Amino acid sequence: MIQFLLNQELRTEHDLDPNLTVLNYLRNIRKKTGTKEGCASGDCGACTVVLAEPDEMGKKLRYLSINACLTFVSALHGKQLITIEDLQDQHNLHSTQQAMVECHGSQCGFCTPGFVMSLFALQKRSEPYSKADTTEALSGNLCRCTGYRPIYDAAEQACNNRQTDTFDALEQPTLTLLKAIPVINKAGFGGVGNRCFSPSNVDELAECYLTHPEAHLLAGGTDLALEVTQFHKQLNTLIYLGNVTDMKVVSVFEDRIEIGSALPLSDCYSVLAKEYPDFGELLHRFASLQIRNQGTLGGNIANASPIGDSPPLLIALNAKIQLRCGQESREINIEDYFLDYKKTVRKSSEFIEKIIVPRQAKSLFKAYKISKRLDDDISAVCLGINVTVKENTIINARAAFGGMAAIPKRATHCETALIGHIFNKDTFESACHALTHDFTPLSDFRASKEYRVLIGQNLLRKYFLETQAQLTEGNNHTYSQTRVTAHV
Amino acid sequence: MSKPVAQTLTQAELETLFSQSITTGVGRPVKHESASKQVSGVAQYIDDKLEFPNQLHLYARTSDKAHARILSIDTTPCYQIEGVRLVLLAKDIPGNLDIGAVAAGDPLLAKDIVEYFGQPILAVAANNHETARKAAQAAIIEYEELEAILDVEEALAKKHFVLDSHQHKYGDSTTALKSAPYRLQGKLHIGGQEHFYLETQIASVMPTEDGGMIVYSSTQNPTEIQKLVAGVLDLPMHKIVVDMRRMGGGFGGKETQAAMPACLCAVVAYLTKQPTKMRLPRMEDMMITGKRHPFFVTYDIGYDDDGRLHGVEIKLAGNCGFSPDLSGSIVDRAMFHADNAYYLGDATITGYRCKTNTASNTAYRGFGGPQGMVPIENIMDSIARRLRKDPLDVRRINYYGTNARNVTPYHQTVEHNIIAEMTQELVESSDYYTRRKAIIEFNKHSPILKKGLSMTPVKFGISFTATFLNQAGALIHIYTDGSIHLNHGGTEMGQGLNTKVAQIVAEVLQVDCERIHITATNTEKVPNTSPTAASSGTDLNGKAAQNAALTLKQRLLEFAAQHYQVSEQDIEFKNSHVRIGSQFFSFEELIQLAYFNQISLSSTGYYKTPKIHYDRELARGRPFYYYSYGAACCEVLIDSLTGEYKVLRTDILHDVGASLNPAIDIGQIEGGFIQGMGWLTTEELIWNDKGRLMTNSPASYKIPAIADTPLDLRVKLVESRKNPEATVYHSKAVGEPPFMLGIAAWCALKDAVSSVSDYRYQPEIDAPATPEKILFGIQEMQQKINQQSQ
Repeated sequence: MIQFLLNQELRTEHDLDPNLTVLNYLRNIRKKTGTKEGCASGDCGACTVVLAEPDEMGKKLRYLSINACLTFVSALHGKQLITIEDLQDQHNLHSTQQAMVECHGSQCGFCTPGFVMSLFALQKRSEPYSKADTTEALSGNLCRCTGYRPIYDAAEQACNNRQTDTFDALEQPTLTLLKAIPVINKAGFGGVGNRCFSPSNVDELAECYLTHPEAHLLAGGTDLALEVTQFHKQLNTLIYLGNVTDMKVVSVFEDRIEIGSALPLSDCYSVLAKEYPDFGELLHRFASLQIRNQGTLGGNIANASPIGDSPPLLIALNAKIQLRCGQESREINIEDYFLDYKKTVRKSSEFIEKIIVPRQAKSLFKAYKISKRLDDDISAVCLGINVTVKENTIINARAAFGGMAAIPKRATHCETALIGHIFNKDTFESACHALTHDFTPLSDFRASKEYRVLIGQNLLRKYFLETQAQLTEGNNHTYSQTRVTAHV
Repeated sequence: MSKPVAQTLTQAELETLFSQSITTGVGRPVKHESASKQVSGVAQYIDDKLEFPNQLHLYARTSDKAHARILSIDTTPCYQIEGVRLVLLAKDIPGNLDIGAVAAGDPLLAKDIVEYFGQPILAVAANNHETARKAAQAAIIEYEELEAILDVEEALAKKHFVLDSHQHKYGDSTTALKSAPYRLQGKLHIGGQEHFYLETQIASVMPTEDGGMIVYSSTQNPTEIQKLVAGVLDLPMHKIVVDMRRMGGGFGGKETQAAMPACLCAVVAYLTKQPTKMRLPRMEDMMITGKRHPFFVTYDIGYDDDGRLHGVEIKLAGNCGFSPDLSGSIVDRAMFHADNAYYLGDATITGYRCKTNTASNTAYRGFGGPQGMVPIENIMDSIARRLRKDPLDVRRINYYGTNARNVTPYHQTVEHNIIAEMTQELVESSDYYTRRKAIIEFNKHSPILKKGLSMTPVKFGISFTATFLNQAGALIHIYTDGSIHLNHGGTEMGQGLNTKVAQIVAEVLQVDCERIHITATNTEKVPNTSPTAASSGTDLNGKAAQNAALTLKQRLLEFAAQHYQVSEQDIEFKNSHVRIGSQFFSFEELIQLAYFNQISLSSTGYYKTPKIHYDRELARGRPFYYYSYGAACCEVLIDSLTGEYKVLRTDILHDVGASLNPAIDIGQIEGGFIQGMGWLTTEELIWNDKGRLMTNSPASYKIPAIADTPLDLRVKLVESRKNPEATVYHSKAVGEPPFMLGIAAWCALKDAVSSVSDYRYQPEIDAPATPEKILFGIQEMQQKINQQSQ
């Protein structure tokens, strides 16, 4: 059984299939057809809905835009699901809706409900209009008609003329209703052959996974759900991690940051961006906000894609992961986690409990993501690189690439060419040469192998130029002369 | 209604109201008629309609071979799945198997032979979508593979065509090329484009009591759906009703290719007597349906020291896919626009319609025009590099003249040409030459990031090139309460057609749009309609609706003049009121009075475009009623180490004549520009060596997202320029022309790349200019510089 608020109505659902997406629940079961299917793969945002949940203090609601097409119903428990039909107050359009009408932000209208829901979540941040925030909030909403300019205008109007709406008025009653929903039973919901377990803490998870080694771990589900929506598989046993509260925390220590593996990427952002601005910049371009609101750092590592955005960065930072199986825990270097294409060292019933990122005060860590489209695209090549320079000599270097091999992988020849050598152009040129011994990438629709090799080398060159500038100019170096992504 | 409403306002009050103006007439930024419904989720698309208890859902099984003979199809496993109602094969279709739009060649389901990877072979009807999908996958199909032609160059070399070639000749290009001071030859591949309408192809069909069908189809062409559905069922057209309220985007992709789901549903509904729906999942839609034609272009040109063209020979080879579809007209339009805004001198333009084993390419905003224009813009840049001139100066010197040098290769005289003045205005408002200098300076001092700048013109011919299509109808009823029902033959796909047509009727009758209700396009209301395409929606249907409204107004005038014994000149309609002599009436009052006096309050309207003709044998004529003009100036920033880029600023000046609705027009211009930019930048279609489309979802095919928009976008309409032709309120069409403004972004990217060679060379970068192609372009520049210095 799962319980949630469908706007203000408390729903208790006993018989839902755990493979059912929120989109299909809304459209096929509730017959609420305002939310649209544009792709069923989390790439267009037409299905965007908002989940409201109590914030950390439990005093206010926070509103998160998500892709209903990639979210299984298990994510609804204990939350308020708000859809496009809910925004209107009697006959009055919501201010975000009104802004879209007045600014001519809707043409064919099919993407519009998704845009409005993203704007609604944006407006709820209670901050005045900023173009950058708007770009981020709408990065996962595709519009083929308008060219987006009128939608920026609508965002500006909605954010700058925010009025108290019914959601504000009902915030405390809604919180009360949500808090009254009991913690979900670890037995979860569903029937035999389509079960979704829902542990509430890491011990329950460990036990459940020991009992059900065949289960798929479901964190944000932004990748796993594709198995159902695009590849038409039935996931018979799921263990939902979204309620494992002790795996959704961040702890900052003097020498490290520990990130619970079930923490959504958007919640990882501030702590990682503060420590490593380049990590933050990459997270800004990691899929879309809707995906980051669901997808987790742990999931991005666990699914072991060769083109996952975070592993190269974490490898370069010499991060570790803590694996857990039953009562046993072990800590390994993240680079040792990946064995071969989609193969890892993770044993049966073992899961990633946390990610441990070292803090390095004098880091020259940088990250680069090269993709066809700047936002919401998958890397052709991704590089995380971290070099330590002492008295003009490179004493340590870690460079890890995504998109260059079957796994996210360190460029060991390249690192060898750097370590112990003078920090200068020649050293980096020899590192570029060494890189050809590290990788023989593939050609696919994202990039040719020639392009991958060339940008791999050019990113090393870019790194040298940027760090050289940083070392001479101090930490005030900006990327306006070296990165087009700095121009926003 | 038994008697006229009581007059509640005094004459003085009525006069005050009369003296005001309506707020929603032509020229006003009236909001999209469906906007409020769309933002609140109540606007219905076909998939949102409530389903019937016995609803069937269809799913097609498609070919996984590019070219093969079908040896056997075993559907037994399909029927073993619970919930399957019917498996439809080509042999089960009662009427025509072929649903080709103009020429035959498009079987509704493949029979004997499959000709592309993704071609539907059978369709399963089941009680839900998922069951239908499973069952469709369960069928066992055996093939014998045949040789496939996947490459347009190979098809061209083998003369493997879907239709005959065509040629425009003006003067003697052979001699002109020989005698020109300089020659330049080149070739270029131009990629196709996925429409990516947000609403995928869909139809829902309901059988009627007399064996006919009510067809709900997301189509730009209801009449053709009616005709094709009648054809596959072997029924007269009067048995078929097609209803189309709105599309979730069309862009040309629903001009012909909406027919497949509609016809399949109709056949199943016919055989089962059950309502049937087919919605293509995104990946199926991208695999099954055709796209913008990729083109392979070769050119040979002659020019002089000023950069002026003396003669050109351009060969345009359109990759049509496996069947003709609309490729005849599309390649024609590419040929018609190979000149863009330039006088080519003596010219030979040849168009080829190459057949490949890929989905049948189809209409897409611009309809071949963009592919025609890209080569000549590349030529302008290439000449400029060779002569070390600013590309804009080369463009301007080649513009069509107003008195001389003003005849196109198809012998239409370019009249009312305003591109030179528009360019000058945009040069000033965008500060082109100052920024050009600043960019050259920036590039000298910026080793990694390079800026590029380009200004490109657009001249786009308006009219269907198939002359007979230039006709339209409309239907207006005025009810006794003064409310107005408006219907026309065009379709609403987001472009604001319904809004504009309502404004036109509002203007004629001097009432506000709130009084006018536009209903779904329906073949029972307005018959024999042309597709909503060729940017002609408003030109044709707006004029037809205007004519219907004028007919009604004339009846009211004649009636009132006679009834009140005043002259027609002494009657005036304004702001929902009417002055008859010295008396004032509300519009409702007049309508009621007319009704009681037995005046017909319903009228059709009809329009056909004057002046146009084209003799295909001679390749001469006036295919276009008029031209629309535009110009865009684009500034980009590229990363010379990675090929990544960002559009920094775009200035656009566009000509819509006297705008019917500036907000909608600007929406079309901005949307068109971004879509055109996407086509030439990140939207890349890639097939594997088996003919399978690899970029078959938004995860792999990247249309512009919000961050891809120019950081600074300035769009202006040309002011005080009525269309000199007698179009509806002297407006101009706006749907397609702005698409080609996107060429400025492509040229600006190449300008930035060229800067690496100090503008000595024009990089050979095909379209789309993905970051990868930009980076290889930079390598090409560096190699040329190195070769030169050796």
